[in-house]
Amino acid sequence: MISSSTSDTPALALEDVSVQYGPVRALDHVSLQVRAGEVHGLMGENGAGKSTLLKVLSGVLAPQAGRIFLRGVQHRFFRTREAIEAGISVIYQELHLVPELTVAENLLLGQMPSRFGLLNRRAMLERAQREIERLGEPIDPQARVATLSIGQRQMLEIGKALLRDSRIIAFDEPTSSLSVRESDRLMQIIRTLRSQGRAIIYVTHRMDEVDEICDRVTVFRDGRHICVMDKGAGIERNDLVTAMIGRRVEDVYGYRPRQLGPVQLQVRDLIGPGLREPVSLTARKGEIVGLFGLVGAGRSELAKLLCGAVRARTGEVRIAGRTLKLNSPRAGIAAGIALAPEDRKHEGLILGASVGDNVNLSCRRHQIRLGLVRDIKRERAVAREYIGKLSIKTPSEETPVMNLSGGNQQKIILARYLAERIDVFLLDEPTRGVDVGARKQIYDLLYDLAEAGKTLLVISSDLAEVAGIADRVLVMRNGRLVGDVPRAEVTAEKLVRLALPN
Amino acid sequence: MAASPETTGISSDQSARRRWANKLGGSGIVIAFLILFFVLAVFVPNFFTVRNVQGLLLSVSLIGCIAATMMFVLALGEVDLSVASIVAFAGVVAASVTSATQSVIIGIAAGISAGAAVGAFNGTVVAGFRINSLIATLATMEIVRGLAYIASSGDAVIISEAAFFEIGASSFLGLSTPIWINIMVFALFGWLLNYSVFGRNVLAIGGNGEAARLAGLPVMRIRIVVFVLQGAVAGLAGVLLASRMSLGDPKTSIGLELGVISACVLGGVSLTGGIATISGVIVGVLIMGCVQNAMSLLNVPTFYQYVVRGSILLLAVLFDRWRRR
Repeated sequence: MISSSTSDTPALALEDVSVQYGPVRALDHVSLQVRAGEVHGLMGENGAGKSTLLKVLSGVLAPQAGRIFLRGVQHRFFRTREAIEAGISVIYQELHLVPELTVAENLLLGQMPSRFGLLNRRAMLERAQREIERLGEPIDPQARVATLSIGQRQMLEIGKALLRDSRIIAFDEPTSSLSVRESDRLMQIIRTLRSQGRAIIYVTHRMDEVDEICDRVTVFRDGRHICVMDKGAGIERNDLVTAMIGRRVEDVYGYRPRQLGPVQLQVRDLIGPGLREPVSLTARKGEIVGLFGLVGAGRSELAKLLCGAVRARTGEVRIAGRTLKLNSPRAGIAAGIALAPEDRKHEGLILGASVGDNVNLSCRRHQIRLGLVRDIKRERAVAREYIGKLSIKTPSEETPVMNLSGGNQQKIILARYLAERIDVFLLDEPTRGVDVGARKQIYDLLYDLAEAGKTLLVISSDLAEVAGIADRVLVMRNGRLVGDVPRAEVTAEKLVRLALPN
Repeated sequence: MAASPETTGISSDQSARRRWANKLGGSGIVIAFLILFFVLAVFVPNFFTVRNVQGLLLSVSLIGCIAATMMFVLALGEVDLSVASIVAFAGVVAASVTSATQSVIIGIAAGISAGAAVGAFNGTVVAGFRINSLIATLATMEIVRGLAYIASSGDAVIISEAAFFEIGASSFLGLSTPIWINIMVFALFGWLLNYSVFGRNVLAIGGNGEAARLAGLPVMRIRIVVFVLQGAVAGLAGVLLASRMSLGDPKTSIGLELGVISACVLGGVSLTGGIATISGVIVGVLIMGCVQNAMSLLNVPTFYQYVVRGSILLLAVLFDRWRRR
């Protein structure tokens, strides 16, 4: 598809691109070259800068420095439309479709066939039908997008990219919410796109996908380009992991064995939204229990039930033998169980408020004088105490939390519950979007808490993380608790086999 | 690792803008008001006279009282459109009850309670049933206005007790009682916002309701209490107005809610919740009052006054938007 004169010029080249978000340098003089007709893997941990790079490519973010070349010609994108016109399509994790419109309308959004401003419905349907056939996916062009599965929606996004004849298509962790069958279908389509001479960027953190589809892999860490590996020269998994993490795997987790106490958390026959079968489990004092599973397996839903954020239909939750009446998170906290939610921005923090306000959000009620008056001195002391204890990097306790990095934000949520009297901590993806250095500090904090006799339930989709820090791993699949694996028996294969739908 | 992301400095232009914005949003609006006041004092004849300033303050005391609690409602991320109807309803109730019982105290209490009851209703609908406050209070705005007409049979209720309109007419240190009450309301709610746990919790819920809930705040209760306070204070404002007019008028104050919200927004209260300062609100109220007063003194035709008021609100909202970018 590509003329021979340009075949050695990369389809896409980035040189010295830098992006800074507030205090965080998301991309630090990054270079990247993607050839036409290759699938180029982009790997790195959360916060490594992969998503930022995609934002630069799609024109959402203008880099502060650096240049972008398409087939040797320098381009600058200031808005998304310019990137699309230059032939770049980015397919994000959260798909950008309008659920209330039909498949055909979504496909042709922005370029609907019209005559004198009137929509030519027949032409639109015909064109959409052609496009869908090209994808080989049986979707009704007149169906509303809201009725489609996630996989079908993703196909639709690919259809949009093809309709624009994008020469460069970037995928952001496309299989994270797809079924196995849908993933296979996606791989087929990507291979077809590659054979058509398109340049494919494939962001992932799954090793097996690298093996399966990528021709070359570029690894990012902390916003920097670390290395490029070529499939032809062989890619060793261990090398890849070391490149991503920057040190040996064991070092990050630094597991500390400890003596476990009596049973502290006891859940019996809990049923509620998101659970397909009654859940029963126990966790002991000083125990770190990992909760592993795919996205949508019901882990976060279970945590929401346990902390009182969502009301259970039936079942019993006990802490140290006492049965709880969980009708609100307030009741949960009073009884000693609290959730640090997965979505820090929307559920965890008050972004515009200060570090001090966020830390004192919950415990403030213990400091009330005369039933109403807040103890400002005491609040400041509490904030400073935890900023010191958890080494939260912030200019002062009055800094708005939106100016802090992910790791520090997570520590602030932990500090909020440390200042309360909590016995059972539910931590949903506590290290998502946290860079490696801060991650290690958070793990150490979890061990400290466990050693102090707390019970921790840590939800994670990161296999290495659950295997690395948990004393015991519970596995969920499809709204059911399907496995309870002690640390000694934890292997990646075992956990994955339990977690994957048959 | 050479430079961990956390140790690198905040990008300078962004933080400079935020600093600027904070200054403008905080004391900046105060400075803007002082400049405006100075300009009006110099260029508008009869503006800076004791008599006119007294009149100006009295004229803003109605909006001022309600703005203090509207600040809480907006800080919560909600809005209350029913305040003007509450003013009318509370005035009618206070006038009728005073006439019926011959007791000013009972009449005043009845007016304020009527407002609080409407607020409790608003709060329950908004917090308990999770109905958008814009819609819920739009509905009560109509309902309560209707109640005011029903209670008064459509006509203004004349107050027979002299002691009742004494409240509106009396003065202390040259300022009439409604002005003093307004000052006390500002002091009380400003104090609550900054120095009480309740005030902080309101800001937290407005900043992020779900995070506040998960952190164990009694979100529903706080929402209801804020609407009750708003209703009670609007009721108090209605009683004061009735006493000044010496009648309870069901047709009074139509459109007042927009003036109140404008003043708050002008004072830097965020419409999406989580941000509010009492100094901003006071200044917002004063700016509205000064502009209105100056336009009257300059005999600006009423038609143009609408345009000016609307433009000021628009500028304030644009400023709010710029500030949050």
